[in-house]
Amino acid sequence: MIWLDTLIQGLMLGGLYALFAAGLSLVFGIMRLVNLAHGDLIVLGAYLILGIGTATGLNPLLAAALALPPMFALGWLLQTALLNRVLGEDILPPLLVTFGLSVVIQNTLLMGFSADSRKLPIGPVEAQSLALGPVNLGVMPLVTFGSAVAVVFGLNRLFYRTALGRAFRATSDDPVTAQLMGIRPQRVFAVATGIALVVATIAALYLGARANFDPSTGPARLLYAFEAVIIGGLGSLWGTLAGGMVIGVAQALGAALNPEWQILAGHLAFVAVLLLRPRGLFPRAND
Amino acid sequence: MSALLQVTGLTAHYGDFQALFGVDLTLDQGQTLAIIGANGAGKTTLMRAITGIARVTGGSVLLDGQRLDRMAAPEILHAGVAMVPEGRRLFPSLTVEENLRIGAHARQGSGFWTLPRIHDLFPVLRDRRDHPATALSGGQQQMVAIGRALMANPRVLLCDELSLGLAPVVIREIYAAFPAIRDSGTAIVVVEQDIGQALKVATRVHCMMEGRITLSGAPADLGREAIHDAYFGVRQG
Repeated sequence: MIWLDTLIQGLMLGGLYALFAAGLSLVFGIMRLVNLAHGDLIVLGAYLILGIGTATGLNPLLAAALALPPMFALGWLLQTALLNRVLGEDILPPLLVTFGLSVVIQNTLLMGFSADSRKLPIGPVEAQSLALGPVNLGVMPLVTFGSAVAVVFGLNRLFYRTALGRAFRATSDDPVTAQLMGIRPQRVFAVATGIALVVATIAALYLGARANFDPSTGPARLLYAFEAVIIGGLGSLWGTLAGGMVIGVAQALGAALNPEWQILAGHLAFVAVLLLRPRGLFPRAND
Repeated sequence: MSALLQVTGLTAHYGDFQALFGVDLTLDQGQTLAIIGANGAGKTTLMRAITGIARVTGGSVLLDGQRLDRMAAPEILHAGVAMVPEGRRLFPSLTVEENLRIGAHARQGSGFWTLPRIHDLFPVLRDRRDHPATALSGGQQQMVAIGRALMANPRVLLCDELSLGLAPVVIREIYAAFPAIRDSGTAIVVVEQDIGQALKVATRVHCMMEGRITLSGAPADLGREAIHDAYFGVRQG
């Protein structure tokens, strides 16, 4: 039974990784931009939730809802003022700029909040669990996983069922021809990054509720997110969820064998998937 | 009466390379204009310059008196010029119907061309609506590209190399849609290497060579020989 328990804990953890990754996957899928500051933006979101919670006395779950609009605005602004200027044929400038942005965010947070680690105080729900047959499931991991499924489902609906999603896909296919349709790629990109930061804020809530965070937490989250996106297949959102679950399960199994192996097991699973399926589990047909 | 589309002294560059040298062009309401010329004559560049995809470095483009040459491509579409680009350029991630619908992305309000009317024009697109656009045959893809441009209800429709790579019977099928497009009030510019086809549909023909218009006139007034010479660059007289 311990193995079943481990497996399920791993799947739940995978939901969190999928949330880290969904925004990254969205942005990469639409504009082929690898945002190296994505992990730091998640951490920034966690501090924003903490700040709103402290200032208003609201539970972090509600504070997170209040953090969504400013994070969308930040994404929009970031894309419009900065990232749109460096997107082009050459993939190096956006990498350098987002790497620099990552450093800037980390140091700004360090100045503002010191290196002390923080946690989002979500209250008694943190310790609650449900007994499902032989397995005990924490309420928070379950809610996290549910949120990940809901986010991926929602993003997929947006992508495949709305005019905005159509514009996303068309711009991703061919930005020049998209302009002939009256689409302004730079605006489409700004909306996409705004949405990515909304997802990042949801991820931030569960990151901060689950474990301690400090200004330097971002890059490690980015790495998991990156691995989840690549395992799933670039540009596929359900693939990203699956990728998160692969890493989560691998980490949980690794930790069950030996607590020191948790992180290593996740990375090994990533390498194994890359060796067997270099384009990921669910690659898009026309990339 | 002033022209619907008035191109005056248009020049365009790709980096240091000058692709257009002072092109003049006039298109009136209800007209179909054909631009013919060999590969590299500057026809596609002219289309791309008018629609804002290629950078205009001199001259002007006026649509009903409104200056287009300083606008970005999306604004030019909004102003009323749509293009069927060379090679069709359908969006592979979109279905046939989505490709058509995205043509109306910038449209405000209604117009003559709606999805049902495009389906009436090219019935096969109704049957194939849920197929990935790039899974269709070349001719059907060209129909999608034309329908997609019409969905914007443009005042001017630019068609770049419609017949490229298509069988003659398919080309005839596509050009059979032209009278309906013209009757909807849309003026048309076709860029063609297929001179015969161009002369059949056009009310006026321009021949291009090396980035310049070298011959213009009504098809009936231009001798086959003059067109041949202008096309292949043989000096007259």
